[in-house]
Amino acid sequence: MLKPRIIGVVAVKDGWAVQSIGFERYLPIGRPEVSVEFLDSYGVDEIALLDIAATREGRGFDTAMLKRCALRCHVPIAAGGGITTIDQAHDIVHGGADKVIINTAALDNPAILTEGALRFGNQCMVASIDARRTKAGHEVFSHGGTRARNLTPASAAAAAQNAGAGEVLINSIDEDGRKAGYDLALLRSVRAAADIPLIVLGGAGHASHFADALKAGANAVAAGNIFTYTEHSVALIKRQLAQAGVDLRIDSTAAYENAGFDADGRLQRQDEELLEDLLFVRIHEEVI
Amino acid sequence: MTTADAAHAITLIDYGAGNLGSVGNALTSLRVPFKIASSASEIAQARGIILPGVGAFASAMDRLNELQIVEPLTEKVLRHKTPFLGICLGMQLLAEDSTEQGLHKGLGWIRANVREMTAKPGVRIPHVGWNTTRTSRPEMFTNIADGAHFYYDHSFAMECDDSLIAAECDYGGRVTGAIQSGHIWGTQFHPEKSQRNGLVLLRNFANFVKSRVQALNGGHHA
Repeated sequence: MLKPRIIGVVAVKDGWAVQSIGFERYLPIGRPEVSVEFLDSYGVDEIALLDIAATREGRGFDTAMLKRCALRCHVPIAAGGGITTIDQAHDIVHGGADKVIINTAALDNPAILTEGALRFGNQCMVASIDARRTKAGHEVFSHGGTRARNLTPASAAAAAQNAGAGEVLINSIDEDGRKAGYDLALLRSVRAAADIPLIVLGGAGHASHFADALKAGANAVAAGNIFTYTEHSVALIKRQLAQAGVDLRIDSTAAYENAGFDADGRLQRQDEELLEDLLFVRIHEEVI
Repeated sequence: MTTADAAHAITLIDYGAGNLGSVGNALTSLRVPFKIASSASEIAQARGIILPGVGAFASAMDRLNELQIVEPLTEKVLRHKTPFLGICLGMQLLAEDSTEQGLHKGLGWIRANVREMTAKPGVRIPHVGWNTTRTSRPEMFTNIADGAHFYYDHSFAMECDDSLIAAECDYGGRVTGAIQSGHIWGTQFHPEKSQRNGLVLLRNFANFVKSRVQALNGGHHA
């Protein structure tokens, strides 16, 4: 059975992994390669590596940074930000990315998706769409959320699929960093318009938000901030989802089988007897 | 690389369409020695070959032809029985043909055809993500549990006789997860991107190459 994916987003600005809030404020986290390595070891299913300042600064994707990230990463990496030509796409595939995420360039020049699909296969091309709620409904914004495109996310997704995209990543600018849940109306509108796999991003702050998005039809749920600052963050979220009845991949060493969680998703203390027993368990390091 | 390492180094084929970096990184983390090759003379030296793959079928075949390495690869794998692992597109290329972007001929090493997967309600194509995989070949899947998760990302799948199938998963029907024909191994999923399970499979292949090299050297440890 195909398991829903939990995707960890590493947003990079000026060479640093950052926490992004409303596409406006950024808090530094650390080196992107360290974030990637932690997410991998916590059991994330895929990583989206976004060079969020590239388009705004008018430069290409930071490939050297990608290569450092890919070195110790054993899950797929989808990389994007500032990619405008097929040669840049080739460089990042060669640099260790498994998929290419295209945002602004896919709106300006949909042929890049077509060409990319011809060269790398459509499974390699991810169309990323940033959307905001406006009076007229949801609207697409490009250039890192700074330019209105007078286009609905649904029609942008359908156009991307026709051009050759293999997946759509839909991101809510309004919900970015708010931790109040995904924009499910946005998700549903895009889901109805395209029938390639759909990744939703923006707003996850609790395990239940992931469950809601999966129930609303997302094929993968992506988040950045919620996975930062907490040890084993991905494993903890996956365990809460499993306890809520979501069947997903749990392969990490720290799997929290019998863990309890409070309403805020915080881990509850295990009982004394179990902790006492754990003192005498010897765990051998695995060698492959 | 020491001389002992070089004797059983794996040859990674660089034909411009592969995700060479990812496979190289996985082998590095396993400390399996490897070299990158894209010419006939380099392939002639190979003791074990990995053909990686992210790309479209036709352009990948074109690249292999441009580099003039179809003959040397065929000679090496079919005649000398050099251990071979094709990953994703690298496996699909072994088939007789594929319908990706028109009908194209493949290497034809195995009796198989690559066909587009059909989308249905609830089955979105491409097939992307971690799927539980039933495994049936002990050599390839030593130390990997039946039903283990592997990472897939493809819109076309291999159709072949059950006797070739080494692993399969379900996505709107049975999907070939891996094939094996003696020393020829192939995976539709990406072992280099499947965390522990994938690394174990790559380790199994490296061990297979090593045992072949040692057997060829008359049992002396190289």
